[in-house]
Amino acid sequence: MTNSTNTHSDKAYEAEALIAQDIDAYLEKHQHKSMLRFITCGSVDDGKSTLIGRLLYDSKMIFEDQLASLENDSKSVGTQGQEIDFALLVDGLAAEREQGITIDVAYRFFATEKRKFIVADTPGHEQYTRNMVTGASTADLAVILIDARQGVLTQTKRHSYLVNLLGIKNIVLAVNKMDLVDYSEDRFKEIISDYKEFADSIGMESFTAIPISGLKGDNIVDKSEATPWYEGATLLSHLEEAPVSDSSMVDRGFRMSVQWVNRPNLDFRGFSGIVTSGTVRPGDAIRVLPSGKTSTVKSIVTMDGDLDMARVGQSITLTFEDEIDCSRGDIIATSDAPPEVADQFESTIVWMAEEEMLSGRPYLLKIGSQTVSATITEPKYEVNVNTAGKLPSKTLKLNSIGVCNIATSKPVTFECYADNPDMGGFILIDRMTNATVAAGMIHFALRRSQNIHWQAVDVDKDAHSAQKNQTPRLLWFTGLSGSGKSTIANLVEKKLFAEGKHTFLLDGDNVRHGLNKDLGFTDACRVENIRRVGEVAKLMTDAGLIVMTAFISPFQAERQMVRDMFGDGEFIEVFVDTPLEVAEERDVKGLYKKARAGDLKNFTGIDSPYEQPQNAEIRVNTVEMSAEEAADLIVEKLMAL
Amino acid sequence: MREVAAEAEKPVMLYSVGKDSAVMLHLAKKAFYPSPPPFPLMHVDTTWKFQAMYQLREKAAKDAGMELIVYQNPEAKEKGINPFDHGSLHTDMWKTEGLKQALTKYGFDAAFGGARRDEEKSRAKERIFSFRTSNHRWDPKNQRPELWKQYNMRKAKDESIRVFPISNWTELDIWQYIHLENIDIVPLYKSAKRPTVERDGMLLMVDDDRFPLKEGEEPVMRSIRFRTLGCYPLTGAVESDAETLPEIIQEMLLTTTSERQGRAIDHDQAASMEKKKQEGYF
Repeated sequence: MTNSTNTHSDKAYEAEALIAQDIDAYLEKHQHKSMLRFITCGSVDDGKSTLIGRLLYDSKMIFEDQLASLENDSKSVGTQGQEIDFALLVDGLAAEREQGITIDVAYRFFATEKRKFIVADTPGHEQYTRNMVTGASTADLAVILIDARQGVLTQTKRHSYLVNLLGIKNIVLAVNKMDLVDYSEDRFKEIISDYKEFADSIGMESFTAIPISGLKGDNIVDKSEATPWYEGATLLSHLEEAPVSDSSMVDRGFRMSVQWVNRPNLDFRGFSGIVTSGTVRPGDAIRVLPSGKTSTVKSIVTMDGDLDMARVGQSITLTFEDEIDCSRGDIIATSDAPPEVADQFESTIVWMAEEEMLSGRPYLLKIGSQTVSATITEPKYEVNVNTAGKLPSKTLKLNSIGVCNIATSKPVTFECYADNPDMGGFILIDRMTNATVAAGMIHFALRRSQNIHWQAVDVDKDAHSAQKNQTPRLLWFTGLSGSGKSTIANLVEKKLFAEGKHTFLLDGDNVRHGLNKDLGFTDACRVENIRRVGEVAKLMTDAGLIVMTAFISPFQAERQMVRDMFGDGEFIEVFVDTPLEVAEERDVKGLYKKARAGDLKNFTGIDSPYEQPQNAEIRVNTVEMSAEEAADLIVEKLMAL
Repeated sequence: MREVAAEAEKPVMLYSVGKDSAVMLHLAKKAFYPSPPPFPLMHVDTTWKFQAMYQLREKAAKDAGMELIVYQNPEAKEKGINPFDHGSLHTDMWKTEGLKQALTKYGFDAAFGGARRDEEKSRAKERIFSFRTSNHRWDPKNQRPELWKQYNMRKAKDESIRVFPISNWTELDIWQYIHLENIDIVPLYKSAKRPTVERDGMLLMVDDDRFPLKEGEEPVMRSIRFRTLGCYPLTGAVESDAETLPEIIQEMLLTTTSERQGRAIDHDQAASMEKKKQEGYF
């Protein structure tokens, strides 16, 4: 016999009695409850939403009016006939309700006498790995649902790989729909054995298997009489006893990321943040990273008075004994065991955007309150999340996962993800769309970056430019093929040369014959092409030269990357503005004809985009003026700078 | 809140004078102490709130040392839009339109709101940082993933962000926190004898003389309180004897109707809140 579709459990009644008789005692109890965050994952029909609906229902989180609307909905769109369809309670958005599937991460709350819970309901479709990783990133525990009739599916493996990747240690294998396999112990054991094999292969340390029925309520809250052979805990009691992840961060060294510098007046300077790990007390010796400056904690300030001690999870403001530099993005850490600082890492990347990853393209990397520019190398390998095997790959597409090296423009303070997810997990942001395109987990720093030091030279950039009596510049010509970049750049160089200036012209076609002859015309190759040209131009300006480059350079992000390599005012973007129709009609090299015929792939303006500069220092319109006039205008503007 | 203060150009805290706003404001005071919160409070007013709410509004801003901006949609004011004659147009114009106008007028690029995920189904899928287009619309299919504690606050020039710092709190958490921290709330949450009429199954309070009494209606003094506060003609009271916070919490825990049921606005149409949100309602 299975229990309770229409009555709440005895435990809920006990809680109710306490509320009625002694509300203060109940509040006291509720106040000290810990909070567990967990995710549920499984394939589309494994019954996740039904299970969560059941937990809400049994823990009395459904009110009568909601229940009435649930009963209504169950009859009109439900899939359980006249019975209550718990899934309807969880699926939120109108469109999803009609489709009968969950398409995003939904968070639900419930509480029992022992604990408060936040459950992330994550979808089971293959294309939504992104949402699952998101839900798992904040979870202490994962419930992986298996349909007892289906057993371990590809989806099960994928979800297990992901929760293990995200570092979730407590994994529950909920073997659901036991009612449909006659509560067979043999079937349950068979599934455990299949799953164990896969769990071992991905390095999952342990898991707890529980036979349940979300629909009938078996082993959810109360032990089921239908599974007398099962001796373990029910799902809810397992959830009530599982350790929360904050608890493992208490014994680590103190770390706090500075979110905000607190300066109400000239006499107070504090640093506000949330303690990421460990504890801190007044008098503790601390170190600020990445600068490495040290001081001593003077006070821990809060609105409720100064504290004698603060621990992981607390939101505080620290003051120091000494006036040392410390700003948003810095990490305050215990002085004797500070975290590492580096600018090159190996990390796992989960790609979350429709547009595929471009190695070499500068993305923004956000880790804690630090935001820096970062470029990614080609993946060392991509992971087949269904088998956990390794695949060779040039890039990462939406929902794919790979291991890559990352280089940041400035040193970043971090810990490896496995030790401290808050200090080792990062997101990548597209500079143009501002979308979050990837999640990353740092493995370790690459020692290479620490071993190559910058060689200080005596004859420096200033000396080189003083000798030539000029200010080094980079004139970056950008525009469509056939716009006249090379022609105009050539004329500009001739004019400057005649003025006695020391110049050099880097031409797109010429560079592709030598330095960049290994590169093709895919987006990734175009990005690398521009990166190399930027680096070469930088060496030339260090030599004191006025450099001109003529490259289509179609993407805003790469032009920005080169701009960022140079000092203020050094990089001058020259937009050679020619409408596509005009450039195509000129077709000096016959390339547009080829591209239109389909003989030339990825041609800018035809089947590859050109992103127009928005804030170019100089813009010349080649329809309105001749190449000669354009060159004169550029020289004139340059001399005026 | 600190992340927003550090990264947004011009943040604002939307303040509705309700219990969720009270908690949010209290948290802001804590987050920035000893500085006052580095942004103003803004109340998008409908002129139809309870008198007691207007009284607390001024005091709360003053106590926090924050600037208070009150915005009333001039068009709604001119047309005399009111909940008695204009039905759902009242909410559309005063609240939805009023909020959009106010954000545009002052150029706020980030706005804190006190919404909670447990209030209503579509809110369960909202992020903590929720992006709005330049027309203040919400696109539930185009939300950014929120990983760990990393919030991506970058946005295009005309876009804005709604931020929900107490998104993960439940109604019980709110009440318990108010109790523990001794936070000032509108007295209407606590039971007292108040003049009421019963209309369409809702118990309404006659808060001022703009309340048009129908024939045969006579205000009756009843012991009532409110679980949620909005415009007084749209907010249903519950009969109650709960005069202290523990009593309120006790009543809340033992009651079997959900919090938003007292609001007429949710019952308009199926999935009504979601539709309102896509149009720009907070």
